[in-house]
Amino acid sequence: MQEILRLKDIVKCYRLGGQEQVVLDNVNLTICRGDFIAILGPSGAGKSTLMNIIGCLDVPTGGRYILGGRDVAAMTEAQLARVRNREIGFVFQSFQLLPRLNALENVELPLIYAGLPRRRRRELALAVLERVGLQDKVYNYPNQLSGGQQQRVAIARSLVTDPALILADEPTGALDQKTGQQIMALFQELNADGRTVVVITHDAQVAGYARKILRIVDGRLFPGEVDLAGQREHIDVLG
Amino acid sequence: MSWANIVNNKLRSALTMLGIVIGVASIIALITIVQGATGAITDEISSLGANILTVQARGTPLKPGLSANDLDRLEAIADVRGVSPTISGYVSVSHRDKVLEAMVQGKNELYFRERPVQISAGRAINALDVDGANRVAVIGSDIARELFYGQNPLGRSLRIGGSTYTVVGLLAPSGGFALGSTNKAVFIPYTAAMKTLGVRTVSSVEVHMADVARADEIIGQVEAVLLESFNYREQAYSIFNMQDALDVMKDVTRILSLLLAGIASISLVVGGIGIMNMMLVSVTERTTEIGLRKALGAEPVQIQIQFLTESVILSLGGGLAGIVMGLLIACAGSWFIGIPFRFSATTVIAAVGFSAVVGVLFGWMPARKASRLNPIDALRHV
Ligand SMILES: Nc1ncnc2c1ncn2[C@@H]1O[C@H](COP(=O)(O)OP(=O)(O)O)[C@@H](O)[C@H]1O
Ligand SMILES: [Mg+2]
Repeated sequence: MQEILRLKDIVKCYRLGGQEQVVLDNVNLTICRGDFIAILGPSGAGKSTLMNIIGCLDVPTGGRYILGGRDVAAMTEAQLARVRNREIGFVFQSFQLLPRLNALENVELPLIYAGLPRRRRRELALAVLERVGLQDKVYNYPNQLSGGQQQRVAIARSLVTDPALILADEPTGALDQKTGQQIMALFQELNADGRTVVVITHDAQVAGYARKILRIVDGRLFPGEVDLAGQREHIDVLG
Repeated sequence: MSWANIVNNKLRSALTMLGIVIGVASIIALITIVQGATGAITDEISSLGANILTVQARGTPLKPGLSANDLDRLEAIADVRGVSPTISGYVSVSHRDKVLEAMVQGKNELYFRERPVQISAGRAINALDVDGANRVAVIGSDIARELFYGQNPLGRSLRIGGSTYTVVGLLAPSGGFALGSTNKAVFIPYTAAMKTLGVRTVSSVEVHMADVARADEIIGQVEAVLLESFNYREQAYSIFNMQDALDVMKDVTRILSLLLAGIASISLVVGGIGIMNMMLVSVTERTTEIGLRKALGAEPVQIQIQFLTESVILSLGGGLAGIVMGLLIACAGSWFIGIPFRFSATTVIAAVGFSAVVGVLFGWMPARKASRLNPIDALRHV
């Protein structure tokens, strides 16, 4: 399978009051085209930190990150912005839609930074909104949408530039269980369409939708069993 | 995007703009009024002719003024088109039982040819009148109304001092802001004025130059004539050059305008600080939005441009409102003071440019701050 990115011995430390805290400890990870990976771990394990590094929003303290064959450490600010725009689609726990823009305009936002003309933006945005089942809500503002619908808009926004990878950090964290399941089912469909998805979660049931589960504990990444029952037990033990 | 944010914070944006509005309005109003006033004065002076030298002779104990011979010698200077002496006095002027005090001015034919005095009826004073010291008068419109109310003054008699004159011409009513009008003037041949007013020499004479470019040489020759005439006493006379007066006037206007603009600019700077303040608040409020935009692929430059655009819209909007307000104030002010209102495109363009510069200058720091926000910190700020 074609490799999208590779993390090699990634270390992330924070220095707090003279004390060094290791948040990511020698993380090795390869993501290939068509993967659907869940990174499962308790709160404070370093999941968001890992996602920020994968998403080129943050830089590691040590190790190498190769994205599409290029070393991320060597990229300029403008190149990183371009990578975030074209290669990666973000989905956040709190949706992060701009309240003054309607669904369509929110989805168009990344395309503005991609420099697409207005008509093309509209076309692409409408297509992905239809893909996530919101063709009736394109002119609604975020406060006129339910949580699940807002997250669908956010997913549409992550899809619209046709990125190599969709990165979702706790995408169901702000949703009730049933809506969360629908969102995960949507990710499953998108993966079935051939998209690469990485979902970060503390919820084993959510992780169960992925085709591969990796566990993260205290900044260390382990391969996890695909078996859902075992996974649950393990998480329960960790609290 | 920038526009949307401004519209969504209407009240705050309006208050922020007010600082710029006041600054620009005061600059526009002050400069427009100053330029209107000085422009009116300058125009009047230059309409009198920049080609005229005015010679004032104080004289010496032996020789109180210029003689006819001196005038001939002044007229004989190369590139002098002619000389126009003035003999004036404030004396009583009467017709039948109506008497009034008026400024009686003795002039020659050149004065009526070179100066913008308009005859509305009859004729001007001509060379024959001057040569023969004819007792003829050309009178202003106020004098005509007061002495000859309801009748045609032409051909009627007029007593000036102790002599009887005949009215031969009427002047059209005139305006005049700086130098007064001719409405209350009585013009007679200067030769006749010398007799009537009992004056033997001329103490004020205008020298009309044919070529202004040679003004310096002509002034030199006029001085030579005067020096010789007054036995080499420099303090016996003075020469006043209209062009010099105009130049001084223009300098004064320029310095005054700059000074006023400088004072008013202080309020513009205060307005600019207001914009900076609002932009900084806006950056803090929209930290999450900025982080999100960065995560979606906005480059720092694009964020910076977004915020700069916002502050430029604010300051330009304030600037345009300020221009309208300033012009209205200037219009009302000019009317109140009684000077002409002059719209200066240069001032308006400068004000627009200035407010755009204020927007960029005071928006720069907040915009830069926004563009440098770390997206992770920004996104965690929920
Ligand atoms: N900017 C920071 N400065 C110091 N410590 C941080 C910072 N960001 C994260 N951390 C620490 O890193 C650890 C992992 O955080 P995070 O990646 O957000 O965990 P998770 O998303 O798995 O809950 C936490 O202990 C957190 O306190
Ligand atoms: Mg987290």
